Amino acid sequence: MGANLIANYGETVAMILFGIGFFNLLLQRNLIKKIIGLNIMDTAVYLFLALKGYIAGRSAPIVADGVQEVEAYINPIPSGLVLTGIVVSVSVSALMLSLTIRLYRRYHTLDLDQITVRLKKEGL
Amino acid sequence: MGRKERFESWLNGERDPYLGKVEMKPQKERLLPRTLLKKYKKDHEEAVAQVYDMTNNRQIKYFEKAYRILGVLGCCLFITIMILTVSYLPPIGVADKPVNNEVPQRYIEDGLQETGAVNIVTGMILDYRAFDTFGESNVLFVATITVLILLRALPGHGGGKGKEEADTAKEEARQEANDRIYEPKNDVILQRVAFFLVPMIIIFGIYVILNGHLSPGGGFSGGAIIGSGLILYLNAFGFSKTERLFTEKTYKGVCFCALTFYCFAKSYSFFTGANHLESGIPLGTPGAILSSGLILPLNICVGLVVACTMYTFYVMFRKGGF
Repeated sequence: MGANLIANYGETVAMILFGIGFFNLLLQRNLIKKIIGLNIMDTAVYLFLALKGYIAGRSAPIVADGVQEVEAYINPIPSGLVLTGIVVSVSVSALMLSLTIRLYRRYHTLDLDQITVRLKKEGL
Repeated sequence: MGRKERFESWLNGERDPYLGKVEMKPQKERLLPRTLLKKYKKDHEEAVAQVYDMTNNRQIKYFEKAYRILGVLGCCLFITIMILTVSYLPPIGVADKPVNNEVPQRYIEDGLQETGAVNIVTGMILDYRAFDTFGESNVLFVATITVLILLRALPGHGGGKGKEEADTAKEEARQEANDRIYEPKNDVILQRVAFFLVPMIIIFGIYVILNGHLSPGGGFSGGAIIGSGLILYLNAFGFSKTERLFTEKTYKGVCFCALTFYCFAKSYSFFTGANHLESGIPLGTPGAILSSGLILPLNICVGLVVACTMYTFYVMFRKGGF
């Protein structure tokens, strides 16, 4: 066990959130709940990245009063990466939800087990 | 015959390149008596029914239990390992760690002079890493197209006469009724609120997009704001009003133009930059609205794509078409 567990409480929370999301993704039978689990995992990653870029006592990376020293601003790269991640996660959620709607129209259930059984019975 | 002609004939499917060169024998068809076939089929169906009998098959029950227990254990193990790793990471908020290397230093110290953007994050994602953002816009575009393919409501499913047309009309009436059940229609309170709020939301979105290089925000957040304003407008006044302003054609046109402009503008600036040429795009005075070269038009492009995407997602999920 390292020494920084208490200091890194935010990152610990991010990891626990990621675990909860993964848990939902594995163990929920309902497809919508699985997608919610995946979104929780996304959120955990954003939290982790935002915390990686944070530096105590510094301001957001927008040049104010012409100050251009590294000591004045936080790390801008994780912010940009979170922006990327949010956009991709929106697209992925929309894609998965539309696939779920198609599955529901065909099988009239959101239960993945029942869908699998029906697929097998139809010989697919 | 030359190589090129051979490739072309192969491409056009004219000639089997192995015909006459490899020894081939006509295959004998495997014929089974019909009764035997029937028996096989019945056996297969019985076996499938027995295996997938969820209430009585013991193995499935055991598998379910084992899967749940192992899943919980696996997640707990995963969380433990990750927390252990986190405890060895450098503490939050400390400047002296490997993440803060020379790359953010360059962005912060030279970003304003090189990109002209006061907002360093915008300068980073729309100038240094503009191709990354282009890829993101394309991800949004492709996702929208896929959702369009998956959810498009097909009018006249079978295509036919008489009875089927009546069925189609009935189906359309049913969909219209569905729309009425789940979404508000002619709601006076919503309409009054939207009357005041929608213009303000859209103007705020435009403000966020246009000030993307000066203040927090930019194409993605501003586009999302405009998209939500459009969704509120649709909810309050229905499709008959929004169709005057936004149809599938608008979506295609706007997204295509924005992405193409983005691609060409950024290709030009990367080409000139890589060849040490003057790009001829003035950076302007930092802090002015018309400054920082290509960042403002690119922000507008991204904002348009995101606004159209948000609105299209909503429309597709609600009705399956514009």
